[in-house]
Amino acid sequence: MIKLNSFGKMLVFFFLVIGSIVFSTPLIWMVSTALKPIEQTMSMPPTWLPYRYFADINGKKMAIVPKVKIEEPSTAILLEGVNDGQIIPNTKLADQKGKYKILKDISADKDNPWSAVTLEKITGNENTTEQFFVPVKAVERTLCFRWSNFKEAIKAMKCFWMYLKNTLILCFFTVMGTVISSAFAAYGFSRIQWPGRDKLFLVALATMMIPFPVIMVPLYCLYRSLGFVGTPHPLWIGSFFAGAFNVFLLRQFFMSIPQTLSEAARIDGCSEFQIFMRIILPISKPALLVVALFQFMGTWNDFLGPLLFLTNQEDFTLALGLQFFQSQHGGTEWNYLMAASLLVVTPVIVLFLLTQKAFIEGISTTGIKG
Amino acid sequence: MTRGEKYNLKMGLLFVSPWIIGFLVFTVYTVGASFFYSFCDYDVLSKPVFIGLTNYTDMASDSVFWKALYNTLIFAFFAIPLGLVSSICVAILLNMPVSGRPVFRTIFFLPSLVPLVATSMIWLWIFNGKFGLLNYFLNMAGLPGPEWLTNEHYTKPALVLTVVWGIGNSVVIYLAALQEVPVQLYESADIDGAGFLRKILHITLPSISPVIYFNLVMGIIGCLQVFAQPYIMFGAGTGGPNRSALFYAVYLYENAFTYNQMGYACAMAWILFMIILGLTYMATMLSRKHIHYGE
Repeated sequence: MIKLNSFGKMLVFFFLVIGSIVFSTPLIWMVSTALKPIEQTMSMPPTWLPYRYFADINGKKMAIVPKVKIEEPSTAILLEGVNDGQIIPNTKLADQKGKYKILKDISADKDNPWSAVTLEKITGNENTTEQFFVPVKAVERTLCFRWSNFKEAIKAMKCFWMYLKNTLILCFFTVMGTVISSAFAAYGFSRIQWPGRDKLFLVALATMMIPFPVIMVPLYCLYRSLGFVGTPHPLWIGSFFAGAFNVFLLRQFFMSIPQTLSEAARIDGCSEFQIFMRIILPISKPALLVVALFQFMGTWNDFLGPLLFLTNQEDFTLALGLQFFQSQHGGTEWNYLMAASLLVVTPVIVLFLLTQKAFIEGISTTGIKG
Repeated sequence: MTRGEKYNLKMGLLFVSPWIIGFLVFTVYTVGASFFYSFCDYDVLSKPVFIGLTNYTDMASDSVFWKALYNTLIFAFFAIPLGLVSSICVAILLNMPVSGRPVFRTIFFLPSLVPLVATSMIWLWIFNGKFGLLNYFLNMAGLPGPEWLTNEHYTKPALVLTVVWGIGNSVVIYLAALQEVPVQLYESADIDGAGFLRKILHITLPSISPVIYFNLVMGIIGCLQVFAQPYIMFGAGTGGPNRSALFYAVYLYENAFTYNQMGYACAMAWILFMIILGLTYMATMLSRKHIHYGE
């Protein structure tokens, strides 16, 4: 570590703060948007903290949505044959041709602006279109998070709970498969001496270089001939056959366990299987946890796999379901889309925060061999 | 071979058998089949028909293929160095003795945990031309905010930013490497009166050079195969305005699963593999002189 004087420390701290702000802003923006009513997603400048507005409407305190600010004496009129009211400045009222009905005199000016508002519907993004007019001063603004966005987003995604169930089931099977099969293979590659072992392990490492697109088509055809396309099976079967990356991670850990432990057990008459189960696995819990965590996150985040093999909406995972939701609803209801994204992101982040130490150590080992 | 050695061989093979079976089915078979299909006309429904090099020659005259390759290479050309430099800088800063390091580390790492689908959603919203956060900041700084997602000149920079946001993983790897750098090196540099920059250039960077090389290779492999973000952010494979965000892996996927040209897709995959190997080889040759492996 490089030593720093106090000015240097301040400078480093300053850069870290700037960098942290840049890196965390997208996440904060997601959370902020997820908790807003839709009008506030479309305001410029953007609001970071979502608000609700209240005003007296016909003698009752109501939640409202401000629409237009009026800064000069005006009149709200209703043109004949038109449904929506219009706000005309009094100076221009004389130019108004055709018949109209006066809805309200608005005695607004620069110092006492008024606001045209509509009533806010408590749930949903729709607002009623009937306009009311209130002095801006009479509008109360309170901080209010729209927790109901989550409920609405789940409803709009239709199969959210199904997606969650599918994802968790897949996570369970892939984690089981990966941990068991990689532990076996890593044991064979590290704790038993046999001819050709290290050459075969190099082959295993080399397979990591093969880009997924190369094997994508034959893999699809293989599962198709088994009748598995359109089922979740292709998404977990592979995990029971020890991927090279996880074998590598566990092998690193197994090799750090002193051989004398195994030798002592062998002298006591333990079989390799017993040594594996009773000695190596219990010591290796931290490494197994790392492999399990990586696999859980990998399955939770996977997009291409589900996209390739799942065809029915009931089988979708959360990641695919989120993309499906976005492609259906387009880029309009950003608050719901961000709420749905937040629901997909939160479990991963919570899991990471709970297991941070093991996680970081796991990633660090991946780079050491280079 | 003694009885003990035979037993060890038997047990060793037994333990690695899950990997061996997986290797034979999911690597040997699929790689072989992929190679074979790349010389075939194959639409999944009927049997593959051998057509020699036609897929490869078709590729040479397929302008969309060239566009996708160009897009991917341009993207990689900016994304790899930018990711490399920024993650090294962040890691060096995080390795300095200042307070709050665990908090900073977590903040820089979190984005790399966000599922790519969610990452795409967040950035779609940030890049939104009208209400997006990025253009708001640009306008505040007096710059015109472009239509990031619908102007063909800005789609690739947008994707570069999206990808660079997720450098947390490599930051953690660099950080681990930085902590291995012997303190004595810095101490003797202090005695020699070396300044901050010289310590970074002559001690820190050479010491972590194997890890830089590792991340460079990972960057090449990852960037050339980038799929989820362009696929999701630009209309499920259409490739955005004037196909400016049609990436290699996306076009490959489209060929295989939209046009049912499995043979052509396999041929594309093999060319991609060759490009990755070629670039990795180049990176290895260029960096060979500069990598210092510790004793």
